[in-house]
Amino acid sequence: MIEIYLFLIFMIIAAVIAIEIKNLLAAAIAVGAVGFSAAILFIILQAPDLAIVQIVVEILTVIIFVAVIFRTTDIDKTVGKQLTSMQILGIVFYGFFALLFIIISERILNTLPPFGSPIMKVAGEYIKLGLPKVGGTNIVADIILDFRGLDTLGEATVLFTSAIGVLAVMRKAGRK
Amino acid sequence: MLIFISCIILFLIGLYAVVAKRNLLKIAIGFCIMEYAVNMLFALIGFKSGAIDPVITKVDMPHNFVDPLPQALVLTAIVIGVGTTALFLSFIVRIYEKFKTLDVSEIKKLKG
Amino acid sequence: MGGMSLIVRRITEIVCGFIFMYGLYIILHGHLTPGGGFAGGVIIAGSLILRVLAFGSGTESERMLSKRIPKLMSVGLLIFWGAAFTGLLMAGIFFLNAPIFGLGTPFHLLSAGLIPICNIGIGINVAAGLFSIFLAFAAVKYFMEE
Repeated sequence: MIEIYLFLIFMIIAAVIAIEIKNLLAAAIAVGAVGFSAAILFIILQAPDLAIVQIVVEILTVIIFVAVIFRTTDIDKTVGKQLTSMQILGIVFYGFFALLFIIISERILNTLPPFGSPIMKVAGEYIKLGLPKVGGTNIVADIILDFRGLDTLGEATVLFTSAIGVLAVMRKAGRK
Repeated sequence: MLIFISCIILFLIGLYAVVAKRNLLKIAIGFCIMEYAVNMLFALIGFKSGAIDPVITKVDMPHNFVDPLPQALVLTAIVIGVGTTALFLSFIVRIYEKFKTLDVSEIKKLKG
Repeated sequence: MGGMSLIVRRITEIVCGFIFMYGLYIILHGHLTPGGGFAGGVIIAGSLILRVLAFGSGTESERMLSKRIPKLMSVGLLIFWGAAFTGLLMAGIFFLNAPIFGLGTPFHLLSAGLIPICNIGIGINVAAGLFSIFLAFAAVKYFMEE
């Protein structure tokens, strides 16, 4: 229980460092710290599928960020500059919105079951029917490929589309 | 309860970077952090204390599993997240090649 | 991007194949153990990325890969769509899984109907997609150059 709080606090500190530091390379490393502590938390929360994916995806994200910083610049020149009036207006609106968001989400989260005892009305059916109806012993694989297969079909198509988009934006041929 | 609120705080930190920062790479980092916060919230909601991960190893074992449904939703969302982040970053590279700056307000000024 | 020193290259030659095989294992046992198409595809992409980072991005094999990888991505997605349409063609229900091939005995590699085929399709799609994203960012000098 205490270790979940520790890792969440570490994630919050690393996130604040990532968005406030002047050196962009250090900011990319701080994003890596947030992602890796998320991976460790997934192991603590009994989700090994998520932990495997999150670790490798986090390495890939940091590599892509570093490649972009090599191709652009590594100093954030906007840190410590004079704030414009539009920006101050944005921060004030953000403050109002954040207060409102915390109050509303506090009310909504009170209606959820407390931490550690989910309702599992739908998931109970999935767990009961997983082995006899689908045949796979990994319940998560049963859900993403059979009970909710259309969802996964759409997401694989979205990944394909975004990869094609990256190739179309970054390629050299046809560019003057 | 407090554990869910800390996820909300992480989400708001990411939202602050998106709203108030002027560097494009900082905005991309803010999107990443918001994504992690939402994934964490889903995984925390599905946790059941004293349960094991949802993999059947014997035919007649007791079904004392954590909630597998949020895990299935988050599993696809993680991989989609890296794809969309990469698309965002490719646009940033092209914007830097054209304007030689990452500052959003200067890009607005240069356009005229 | 240049390559790295001799020690890194030798270690990469030894380790890279094992990482690739581990990814294949994760994909093929996706319906039995934690993992599946997404996790295994990401691991295979990681092994290929390790190879490019160690050997530099000007090698002949890497140039050949960069022409074929985007096509492979489409092949993976088509396998997945084909597995989804099999149920529609044979029984009239989209994504019908169990009654076509039978469930097999549980806890065996060939069980769970169409799920292993779907896992293989997703694995190819994810591995090729993430590796081509990496190539587009890190090795852009040789990427898609006519």
